Amino acid sequence: MDDLDQLEAQSVYILREAYRKLKPLAMLWSLGKDSNVMLWLARKAFLGRVPFPVMHVDTGKKFPEMYRFRDEYARKWELELLLGECPPVEEIDPTLPPAARSAARKTAGLAAMIEKYKLEGVIAGIRRDEQATRAKERIFSPRGSSHKWDVRNQPPEFWDQYATPHEEGVHIRVHPLLAWREIDIWRYIEREGIPLVDLYFARNGKRYRSLGDQDITSPIDSDAATVAEVIAELQTTRTSERAGRAMDHESEDAFERLRVAGYL
Amino acid sequence: MSIDIAARQDAATPIVIVGHVDHGKSTLIGRLLHDTDNLPEGRVAQIVESSKKRGLKIEWSFLLDSLQIERDQGVTVDSTRIPFHLDARQFVIVDAPGHRQFLRNMITGAADAEAAVLVVDAAEGAQEQTRRHAMLLRLIGIRHVIVLMNKVDLLDYDQARIAESERAVAALLRQLDIEPSLFVPASAREGDNIAARSPHMGWYQGPTLTEALAQVPAPSGRADLPLRLPVQDVYRFDNKRVVAGRIERGRVTVGDSLVIGTHGTLARVASIESWHAAPQISAVAGQSVAITLEPDVIPDRGDLLHTPDAAPVRAARIRTRLFWLRQEPLRVGESFRLRLATAEHQVTVASIDSVVRLDDLTEHAADHVPPEGFAEITLAASESILFDPFTPGTTDGRGVLVDRNQRIVGGAPLIGPAAIATGTRAIHPTDSTVSLWDRAQARGHHGGVFWMTGLPGAGKSTIARAAESRLFAQGIDVSVLDGDTLRAGLCADLGFSEADRTENVRRAAAVARILAETGQVVLVALISPRAADRDLARQVVGEGFQEIFVDADQAVCESRDPKGLYAAARAGRITGFTGIDAPYDVPENPDLRLATGQGSVAETADRLAAHVAGTVLLGDAARRRS
Repeated sequence: MDDLDQLEAQSVYILREAYRKLKPLAMLWSLGKDSNVMLWLARKAFLGRVPFPVMHVDTGKKFPEMYRFRDEYARKWELELLLGECPPVEEIDPTLPPAARSAARKTAGLAAMIEKYKLEGVIAGIRRDEQATRAKERIFSPRGSSHKWDVRNQPPEFWDQYATPHEEGVHIRVHPLLAWREIDIWRYIEREGIPLVDLYFARNGKRYRSLGDQDITSPIDSDAATVAEVIAELQTTRTSERAGRAMDHESEDAFERLRVAGYL
Repeated sequence: MSIDIAARQDAATPIVIVGHVDHGKSTLIGRLLHDTDNLPEGRVAQIVESSKKRGLKIEWSFLLDSLQIERDQGVTVDSTRIPFHLDARQFVIVDAPGHRQFLRNMITGAADAEAAVLVVDAAEGAQEQTRRHAMLLRLIGIRHVIVLMNKVDLLDYDQARIAESERAVAALLRQLDIEPSLFVPASAREGDNIAARSPHMGWYQGPTLTEALAQVPAPSGRADLPLRLPVQDVYRFDNKRVVAGRIERGRVTVGDSLVIGTHGTLARVASIESWHAAPQISAVAGQSVAITLEPDVIPDRGDLLHTPDAAPVRAARIRTRLFWLRQEPLRVGESFRLRLATAEHQVTVASIDSVVRLDDLTEHAADHVPPEGFAEITLAASESILFDPFTPGTTDGRGVLVDRNQRIVGGAPLIGPAAIATGTRAIHPTDSTVSLWDRAQARGHHGGVFWMTGLPGAGKSTIARAAESRLFAQGIDVSVLDGDTLRAGLCADLGFSEADRTENVRRAAAVARILAETGQVVLVALISPRAADRDLARQVVGEGFQEIFVDADQAVCESRDPKGLYAAARAGRITGFTGIDAPYDVPENPDLRLATGQGSVAETADRLAAHVAGTVLLGDAARRRS
């Protein structure tokens, strides 16, 4: 087994644990590269099916290419797709810096979906190497009432045993991709031939490295137009993946505040 | 789709960094990442800025201490894992917090590490956390330990003083059967012997830390050991039954005969199923597989599949090591679920065989395991358990204890079968298969213990009884335990000495706990004058305990004197009477304070009933799910 085989086996194990232990369960599908890999891993785990719904928490501000991609693959992969809306920005905590405030709309939209479907488990595709607070996450991360992440009081998690507290108002965020790095994601996309929104590939010297909403994501300078070229580029780049995400840079703790409040 | 053979890599090797607080773990990691060119652009600038803001010179630990509280208070709250490469080899660095109360976070980070770097301040030598962490390295089975003798710049790089410090650490580790593979004298802050050889220690001929890491053996193959495949789940897809699980060791090949769990049914592997992968006839340790069996028997989650010629150990009483993570002590008779891979067994602590004293790492007899303590215990199960004793470097025997709310409360590496206890000390309480949550959903409320303390005559029983009828009217299953009722029966043998009062409290708490575990709300009305006794009650009851202070001036109580006891005490007919000639410790932080000097009994009882109902009642959402 090489490193990708091992990452795949571990993620499959986590997805099967989630499916067995948490009902009802749903997977977040943001249409980005990570969540496509995650969906692919679910199909690996369940032999071609996805036995739970996938959720798109829609800000209404995604790129048109992303909406087209969603509709095409939801049909092709026979997904049960749940769509959720986000409240307008005026309803969000005005003390947050602007881009973070805009991103926090998704937290509210997600919370509404969790309530609506009474979810006990939500599978999300965050990775430890993306952002420092994500590095502190558990694979099964309990969220108390109001969906807050109690970062100072996380349950112990070792030897592949995950806490599944059954208490009122608690749901579990499941993170099958925590151990993956950006380059692993791309190498796996290449190995498996996983389809992606083509915004990730360079046109006129620009491409998106991380896809969020149109108003808070910027493309990077790049000529990488194929998966292989992206991998080659990542092997030499020194810039961080989320450099194009405005909210990470507004204040020292902007991202932490978002995450504690329930953001991914 | 192309597979670039050149890009294939071995899996990353996890390395945990442990050691006493302030001995320099985070600084070491920052230095290591920086000196080996593992930091993304902009990160160093960020650290410089965060450091400057707090009036510090460059503070490497900010690299890891990414939470606001960690930067502000200069402590690591939770473990972090950071990918890291040395030439072509991949590592994952696990930074574990050193503070005592963060033990569980440390284990969370460290439990699957292949090797450890134990950081010791060369000037200070081994400290409490050094011992604790070394103990854990042994318990979680990490064999490859590199000791980094840090801050040698503070010893002026003096060979003799460093060697002396090393000898002391080596002696400590020998007590734990840990043979360090290497001692590296270093200064993380100055960069000596981390990624580059120190110019100040010409006498040191050994490897730098990065050279030492490069020599850590890669995770060894478990494929050649006898098969262990715990069943994770069974799916029925397209009229085909598929058994899913991860191979913990050995290999599975189509056509193999397998024994299924404790019931021992034999079946043949008919196929290995997969999606979007080349058809397989064989799979090895580490793979998550889905197999079909012939005949089409139905295993359960937790059944261990193995080959007939190499069966695991089978026992119902098991000796285990234990690292205990709960904040309350562990006592004999407590019941848990033992999780072993995907299996869950009901177990009871049959005996506490020894507890490790961390001052000197010696083992002693004790009647309880203290919070975050280490021990050897015997677990008794109601059924036979199949297991392989714990061996470092495999996943064998890695038991975990979970409580009834599915929280992990301890790690339990299984040592082997225990002899059956003889004599009268063998206690085997059984545990209910009805969970607390099941009960709460059926009733619409949780159980709980509301411990009402106060001076004689403060009104505890009166208020408890009034609140009882209010709560009962709301459909809450409630009962009152009061001092007089207890002393009339269960505690009739007890007097009013300090020891007897403590025992009275202990018994009341034990009864309250039993009732609360059946989902009842218990109002305990007991003077319980000593804070230490109430702490004991809190420990006995565990979760769901609240302290209610029924507060009234002694003068008021004495004027009420419903039982004529104050008068008797004043007249000297009763001695040791609380408030007259025996002390009352006023609760410092009660969960609720009821002042009974003001307001009517009805109002006070309303307040108590509302507080209790607000604590125990389930919300609508939860009830609808039932």
